[in-house]
Amino acid sequence: MTFELVLFYLFGAILLGGALAMISVRNPVHAALFLVLCFVAAAALWLLAEAEFLGIVLVLVYVGAVMVLFLFVVMMLDINLAKLREGFTEYLPVGIVVALAMATVLVLVITRYITMDVPERAGPEYANTEALGAILYTEYVYPFEIAAVILLVAIIAAISLTMRKRPDNKSIDPGKQMAVSREGRVRMVTMASEKKKAPRRGGQGSGADAPGSKDESK
Amino acid sequence: MNFEIPNFLPAVPEMFVLGMACLILVIDAFLPDSRRDVTYGLVQATLVAAAGLTLWLMGPETVLTFSDTFVKDPMADILKIAVYVTSFLVFLYARPYLMERGIHKGEFYVLGLFAVLGMMIMISGHNLLTLYLGLELLSLSSYALVAFWRDNSRATEAAMKYFVLGALASGLLLYGMSMIYGMTGSLDIAVIAAELVAADDSLNIPLVFGLVFLVVAVAFKLGAVPFHMWVPDVYDGAPTAVTLFIATAPKIAAFAFLMRLLVEGMGPMHADWQGMLIILAVLSLAVGNVIAIAQTSIKRMLAYSTIAHIGFLFMGILAGTDSGYASAMFYVIVYAITAAGGFGMIVFLSRKGYEADQIDDFKGLAKRNPWFAFIMLLLLFSMAGVPPTVGFYAKLAVIQAAVGADLVWLAIVAVIFSIIGAFYYLRVVKMMFFDDPQKGAEEPVQPSGALATALSINGLAVLLLGIFPGLLLSLTHYAIIG
Repeated sequence: MTFELVLFYLFGAILLGGALAMISVRNPVHAALFLVLCFVAAAALWLLAEAEFLGIVLVLVYVGAVMVLFLFVVMMLDINLAKLREGFTEYLPVGIVVALAMATVLVLVITRYITMDVPERAGPEYANTEALGAILYTEYVYPFEIAAVILLVAIIAAISLTMRKRPDNKSIDPGKQMAVSREGRVRMVTMASEKKKAPRRGGQGSGADAPGSKDESK
Repeated sequence: MNFEIPNFLPAVPEMFVLGMACLILVIDAFLPDSRRDVTYGLVQATLVAAAGLTLWLMGPETVLTFSDTFVKDPMADILKIAVYVTSFLVFLYARPYLMERGIHKGEFYVLGLFAVLGMMIMISGHNLLTLYLGLELLSLSSYALVAFWRDNSRATEAAMKYFVLGALASGLLLYGMSMIYGMTGSLDIAVIAAELVAADDSLNIPLVFGLVFLVVAVAFKLGAVPFHMWVPDVYDGAPTAVTLFIATAPKIAAFAFLMRLLVEGMGPMHADWQGMLIILAVLSLAVGNVIAIAQTSIKRMLAYSTIAHIGFLFMGILAGTDSGYASAMFYVIVYAITAAGGFGMIVFLSRKGYEADQIDDFKGLAKRNPWFAFIMLLLLFSMAGVPPTVGFYAKLAVIQAAVGADLVWLAIVAVIFSIIGAFYYLRVVKMMFFDDPQKGAEEPVQPSGALATALSINGLAVLLLGIFPGLLLSLTHYAIIG
């Protein structure tokens, strides 16, 4: 057994163990962390297959960005763990049957039907990233562009679904504040002087103030 | 490295729609709310111009480009034009509905245009990747459209259901595609078909396994029984203007998706997928037609009716003959036009703060406005398959195809369930013409604006296409057989 094969089985075992732990642990935060472990192990497997670019991207994008964001969401939400686990034993038999069927077919495909030679090791001058870039922008340029459009639609959808002007929004617009003029705020009212109908306490009832002018000067 | 610059000409309509969608997005951001009609006008003009471009490029030959990921053939041309026409009608019907509810936003049209682009990509997909990405573009736009009325909790709930089940279906689809890629070693539709022909005839379990995933995923997306649970909830919960959209044009694209994937790609495995489609077709016909009877909401009723129509669509395809594919194509185009009219009528009768989404709302429509009761009658007759409307010819062609493929029992089942289904269509007709209007809704309906005109044309088109079915029949015949 070569050293690489040992590494392969080691990371394969970590990947499988992490996946099993992810679906079986009770705490969603732990589950998310186990998923991170799976991604790292899968990235290591890709590195072994000489797909360095994909391996690094998996760590950078999925572990670094997606899962961290996911962890934030899981920690921010108040998840009722007891409710989350309801029906777990109920669905378990069905889940096991489906998983076994999938595993059987996968094993069948790999062992019996796919006959592939061990791929040859690429030389030291071979650059996985360069090869990927060359094929992505030539042969697969059309699917690549469509993927870009999908991301654009995701942006539009996210903005149109979340951006809103709330009526109770208390934020201030400096532009509007600067543009304020005296005319816009104070209203001068000319009116004949009135006699107090009922005596009021305090010195505010001078009579010259128009009712409401106090409100408007706020 | 050798790389030839691909031939861009066949994809000009796609590029035009994409460019216009981005342009309209920018223009819309600078428009005040009162000038959304500019966005609307631009989107409609884009659809008309795209139809012009497609017509200009139309030709009988099959052209592949972009390293064979894109195909332009007569079927693609005709289906794209059907998508433009249906989307044009949908946007036209949707506008007054959105305006009355204060949700006349530019995003509706822009997302709609991106969905149209997704459908065009699906129709012209010649590679598993392109097909999948086109489907995702369409789905993502549709999810956002369903959730688009943010203050409506039912729409939000419908969007959640739609999104979760749609994502599940996409996962299944990708899984199936990966199995087929693993067995054939290619993503190219034509290469897959050639590999399958070259493979020996013995039962190939992994391929069939991959095929099952493909069929299940497509059944999910189309809403065939037993993967239909989301359809009534989403159609009912979404704003009627959006239901109008997701119930019509995407079905045309889904038909193309089935044709490219199952017929062109997995064609040599016809014997395997025929059985699966038969099960889906029979179940869809049965559940769709029977459960529709119990509905009180007309949106839910039409959703179940859609499920039944999907059963007919599968019947045409599973026959496995060119005339079967042509009949299924005829069926899906007829369905899209008729459903646009049906949902358009709900929009037409709705007013601000009042949704005409219950079957009872149609009571006594003949007394309130005889002309539009007549138009609705034509649309319902077409859905039920009553001659001389075009729905009759659509059903006839599909049943003929099934009989031609020695599936007489399936044809009989389809006829029986159509007759059961005719009950709930005719019940609405009876309510419109023989019942009295509900209390508080006796005032006559005032037809106004482009909506009324378009709805009349739509209803009459269903009748005229039924009297002269030859035009559309010869078009679909040309698209499939050449």
